[in-house]
Amino acid sequence: MIRKMISGVVGTGLVLGFASTAFAQAAMIKAPTAAQQVAMINKGDTAWLLVSSAFVLMMSVPGLALFYGGLVRTKNMLSVLMQVFMIVSVCGLLWATVGYSMAFTTGFTSSLTPYIGGFSKALMRGIDGTTAATTFSNNVYVPELAYFVFQMTFAMITPALIIGSFAERIKFTPLMVFVVLWSILVYYPIAHMVWYWAGPDFLPDSPNEAGLLNHWGALDFAGGTVVHINAGIAGMVGCLMIGKRLGFGKDNTPPHSLTLTMVGASLLWVGWFGFNAGSNLEANGVTAVAFVNTMLATCAAAVSWAVVEQIVHAKPSTLGAASGAVAGLVAVTPASGYAAPMTALVLGLVVSPICFFFVTTVKNKFKYDDTLDVFGVHCVGGITGALGTAIVASPALGGQGVIDYTRFPAVPMQGYSIASQLMIQLEAVTITLVWSGVISALLYFAIDKTLGLRPTEEAEREGLDINEHGERAYNY
Amino acid sequence: MKFIIAIIKPFKLDEVREALSNLGVAGMTVSEVKGFGRQKGQTEIYRGAEYTTNMLPKVKLEIAASDELAPRIIEVIQQTASTEAIGDGKIFVIDLASATRIRTGETGEPAL
Repeated sequence: MIRKMISGVVGTGLVLGFASTAFAQAAMIKAPTAAQQVAMINKGDTAWLLVSSAFVLMMSVPGLALFYGGLVRTKNMLSVLMQVFMIVSVCGLLWATVGYSMAFTTGFTSSLTPYIGGFSKALMRGIDGTTAATTFSNNVYVPELAYFVFQMTFAMITPALIIGSFAERIKFTPLMVFVVLWSILVYYPIAHMVWYWAGPDFLPDSPNEAGLLNHWGALDFAGGTVVHINAGIAGMVGCLMIGKRLGFGKDNTPPHSLTLTMVGASLLWVGWFGFNAGSNLEANGVTAVAFVNTMLATCAAAVSWAVVEQIVHAKPSTLGAASGAVAGLVAVTPASGYAAPMTALVLGLVVSPICFFFVTTVKNKFKYDDTLDVFGVHCVGGITGALGTAIVASPALGGQGVIDYTRFPAVPMQGYSIASQLMIQLEAVTITLVWSGVISALLYFAIDKTLGLRPTEEAEREGLDINEHGERAYNY
Repeated sequence: MKFIIAIIKPFKLDEVREALSNLGVAGMTVSEVKGFGRQKGQTEIYRGAEYTTNMLPKVKLEIAASDELAPRIIEVIQQTASTEAIGDGKIFVIDLASATRIRTGETGEPAL
């Protein structure tokens, strides 16, 4: 029995979407054929989705690479840039070979469908310029290749986020092996569980054709659970298992270039519009809502981090402002298409003090070396956002509510309850934390016992750039 | 001959150099150095990590001078580089045993 059927990526169905839906209702086609779907593709949606894909790529390279790179010491700069660049490249190849198929097709058997897709589209079989993918509106489709590449950019950035937790002390090749296995065993299943569904024109006839969390009605507009909590906990487990950097707590390890960090954070901010607003797949009113929500939450979080620092240290820092902006972006990610601008703003104001508390007080108390605060910003910010989504999505607070996709055409769900939605969100967060945390731990353990994760003490002291890559970032 | 080593605040360099030129000092060597004295270091905070830098950036001047000029150089540096605050630096003077101009082979005061 379906409690609610809401899309993972987008619960959509905003007022604007429905106006046009209602207008065209007479001509609505239930379960359109492949040829009919192609005729339902819109040039504006296609253009927006392709531009968004490029924006999300820009978040990884150069955005994330520079944001992280600036925070490490000079001797490890290239290792971070190279890790991000290669993770993006390797994950792109992996997505085309098995990733897309494992995330976005039906399971080998119907009992596997809630957890993981099959290999029917492995090596991009059956995907070409004439196939279509569903959106969040009845009878609206996008080219499947556009959807394929948009989702690919998410599969690229998520593993790249992890490396910040154990920056400056990891061997390159074992890391790449970890990323491949982690993508297959963690990212694809979680993406499938949250985002896979038959689509609005097919769900009414096959209500079980959806990932587990999607079926439960977990709300995750653009990847709070799939991307940020998922990567954040994997990073935290890695930092605990790999151990602290040599000299942690004794040596001074200040960022080598906050200028580059600021450039990277700013590119992340710009690129994130592709991530959040692009996640609507279509270019319509909900897209604009997600865009504005993303903007306001980020501004609010940057300001509130600076204010907290002004109060605590009497000096608002550049790194604080950048961290706040990223925390705001992370928090608004799952909520972007559900919140109203003013509630998104509040979400942004709230998330920074929480993340600040984790990266300063909690981290110092427990003395774990989450080098670039992947846990403190992405995991904690992601959880704040995932739970906050249940609140801000409420129509009573001006939110977009959720859509009942089990009906054709889909209609807004009646009687939204913050409390019951909060429970669903909590379940989704818990499953992600446990799944990603446990499997990541097993992978780190296995790779450490075979290939070894950590460089020699001498190599770590001298720096990863010269020892792992044979070059230096700066030759003056 | 005397060899004068002065450690001063970096932002005072131009002022000191100008004052010494007016005095007739024809050359000096300048290096960027780090060190500590009575002045406390600065605290830097990056997210939760707090670092105290004990070594502060200073500028070191090295001047070889004749015995008559040396006391006036010291006086000028002292007056120009002073901000009357802690961390203004120090001036050290040592006897200079010899000086040679590499181009001509001249030695002693004519080589300065």
